[in-house]
Amino acid sequence: MTENILELNNLTKFFPAKAGGIFSRAKGEVRAVDGVSLTVARGETVGLVGESGCGKTTVGRTVMKLYEPTSGQIVFDGQDITNLKRKEMKPIRSKMQMIFQDPFSSLNPRHTVGTIISSSYTIHDIEPEGGVEHSVRELLTLVGLNPEHINRFPHEFSGGQRQRIGIARSLALKPKLIVADEPVSALDVSIQAQVINLLDDLQKELGLSYLFVAHDLSIVQHISDRVVVMYLGKVMEMAPTRELFANPRHPYTKALLSAVPVADPKMGRSRERIILQGDLPSPVNPPSGCVFNTRCWKAQDICRTAVPETIQVTPLQTVACHFPEV
Amino acid sequence: MSKFLEVTNLNVTFPTQDGEVRASNEVSYSVDLGETLAIVGESGSGKSVSNLAVMGLHNPTRTKITGSAVLNLANGPVDVISASAETVRRLRGKAMSMIFQDPMSALHPFFTIGDQIAEGWHLYNKGSKKDGIKKATEMLEIVGIPDASSRVHDYPHQFSGGMRQRAMIAMALVNNPSLLIADEPTTALDVTVQSQILKLLKDLQKEFNMAIILITHDLGVVAEVADRICVMYGGRIVENGTVDDIFYRPEHPYTLGLLNSVPRISDGQSHRLRAIPGQPPSLISLPSGCAFQPRCEYSSKVTSGACNSTVPSLSDKGSGHLSRCHLDVADLNNLVKDKA
Ligand SMILES: Nc1ncnc2c1ncn2[C@@H]1O[C@H](COP(=O)(O)OP(=O)(O)O)[C@@H](O)[C@H]1O
Ligand SMILES: Nc1ncnc2c1ncn2[C@@H]1O[C@H](COP(=O)(O)OP(=O)(O)O)[C@@H](O)[C@H]1O
Ligand code: SF4
Ligand code: SF4
Ligand SMILES: [Mg+2]
Ligand SMILES: [Mg+2]
Repeated sequence: MTENILELNNLTKFFPAKAGGIFSRAKGEVRAVDGVSLTVARGETVGLVGESGCGKTTVGRTVMKLYEPTSGQIVFDGQDITNLKRKEMKPIRSKMQMIFQDPFSSLNPRHTVGTIISSSYTIHDIEPEGGVEHSVRELLTLVGLNPEHINRFPHEFSGGQRQRIGIARSLALKPKLIVADEPVSALDVSIQAQVINLLDDLQKELGLSYLFVAHDLSIVQHISDRVVVMYLGKVMEMAPTRELFANPRHPYTKALLSAVPVADPKMGRSRERIILQGDLPSPVNPPSGCVFNTRCWKAQDICRTAVPETIQVTPLQTVACHFPEV
Repeated sequence: MSKFLEVTNLNVTFPTQDGEVRASNEVSYSVDLGETLAIVGESGSGKSVSNLAVMGLHNPTRTKITGSAVLNLANGPVDVISASAETVRRLRGKAMSMIFQDPMSALHPFFTIGDQIAEGWHLYNKGSKKDGIKKATEMLEIVGIPDASSRVHDYPHQFSGGMRQRAMIAMALVNNPSLLIADEPTTALDVTVQSQILKLLKDLQKEFNMAIILITHDLGVVAEVADRICVMYGGRIVENGTVDDIFYRPEHPYTLGLLNSVPRISDGQSHRLRAIPGQPPSLISLPSGCAFQPRCEYSSKVTSGACNSTVPSLSDKGSGHLSRCHLDVADLNNLVKDKA
């Protein structure tokens, strides 16, 4: 058994740039994910962070093979799944599941909770031990919902409860990896905490691995063992959570962390803040050299011409920058 | 001394098929020029409804509003709740302005940014079309849009999310209002853009001596920009104090719960989050006692059973720090200490 449940090697996913919209003048490709390499160990939670549009969701969906990768390699549970066909993916798909941000639109409003959760069994033609209804009731209990509510419809539940239904559905086939795409972003803080605790408990109980996509850094810090920071489709920095937050080495990570408002007025007042100028460049025409150079206060000539190599600054921390912070 | 805006015992109810929604329930708050009041609380707690009433933006035939919201203008006070629709319409955009989470709710997709900013200016100023565009350009410069003289002719879709937010702020401030109500202005934005916008609002506040009401559910944002904070729950204000009162000396169990449930960048990650159990109440059938009672871990400590039967009053235990709870502050603090 390999140590890693998931390995991405130089993964890219380009979309054809559509005419119209904000890229109307640009032709070519949206370089949504551009050479991403990362690993998720068994039982580990890896947080994937970065501003909206940096490619987090595309990484998640490509891992799930909901998108065909443009190039690179996806290794899941020791098996190269990069080029597997739809049919060949079916048994693998049961081992990796996705949870989405919007707990409402991801549940069919016309189906009961029981039908929604058991759809995994139907699709994969699996008869769970003890029968479908028994299993669904167990899952509802596991995620903290009342099993008596098996025949209710999604609209009868609150946002937090609907997210629990989504989680129950994703757990039905006993997956090894869960790709959670902004699973608590749509929820109120008090409810966010309930769902985060649930994800923590389930991981301990079931030995799950998470690829946890989020833009809220305080949540990522709380839940992740390691964090991957993306910018314009590329990995800027990767480190164990503690190191990343205590000692960010990439200028972008530093700016991103300093922008997070802290729920502590005294600390907030005394904190040094880096305010990034300007907007995110278009992923259709990313800047040459280091993609961050248009907003980086440390940029030198070389940053505009040469793509920085990913260097190992400590055994577990890597950074893609010509002039990393010390 | 009266403050610039004084809202007193504001009630907003919506009659619906399922019953009356009491969205704003005996709400009182005030904010002065140059001051930022933050209103925090979970979604559905009545934050927007209360402030839309101040702006006179509720449909009068489908809304019941009582109480008062007095603007202390240079030429005398005006109660926008009892004033005529025409009076309020003339104050809107001039004495008071509002911005929203989604800039596209304020920006029309078919008109240029410049024309839309100029339109608001022309309402209160005499000037040619060219003067209007000049003013719009100046406003875009103030809110930090680079290359404003050419971007003023752009349509909203040509702006990024952060730039649209800036454009909406420019539009709201074109007539130099004394009060700006910002309803979740950065909720849809990335933290990097959020910090730009918050800094912009702070700078503009200083420059124009505006009163700002910031509606948000993000305690981090509140901690950074607020002078005073009102915490809302179930349509009522449950706590009202300075930013330090609320963060360092909270007096209401709901405020405590909120503060405990946010993960903090600073602390280690090992501990479990202290979530508030249960769900926020429905505003149609509020419990007869304290609306927070079903979720409150301290209600059993109020031996009189008042939590179940009587709505606690919002009382000042000194120095303008108000809280709506039957539990004595000293007792609450002891209970919190025992738990830690
Ligand atoms: N199906 C698609 N077709 C074309 N472009 C897409 C598609 N999905 C995402 N993109 C683009 O790819 C980039 C990355 O998007 P996404 O992965 O959703 O980012 P994130 O999740 O980090 O916000 C964005 O520029 C987005 O517009
Ligand atoms: N026009 C309306 N008719 C009926 N109910 C409404 C209306 N507008 C708001 N509400 C209800 O009033 C309550 C408070 O809403 P709101 O002030 O928007 O909450 P928030 O604190 O999230 O801003 C919610 O329960 C909402 O559903
Ligand atoms: S490579 Fe240069 S531009 Fe890129 S982050 Fe490092 S210093 Fe900044
Ligand atoms: S009044 Fe009672 S139920 Fe309400 S917050 Fe205070 S202790 Fe809790
Ligand atoms: Mg996304
Ligand atoms: Mg609101």
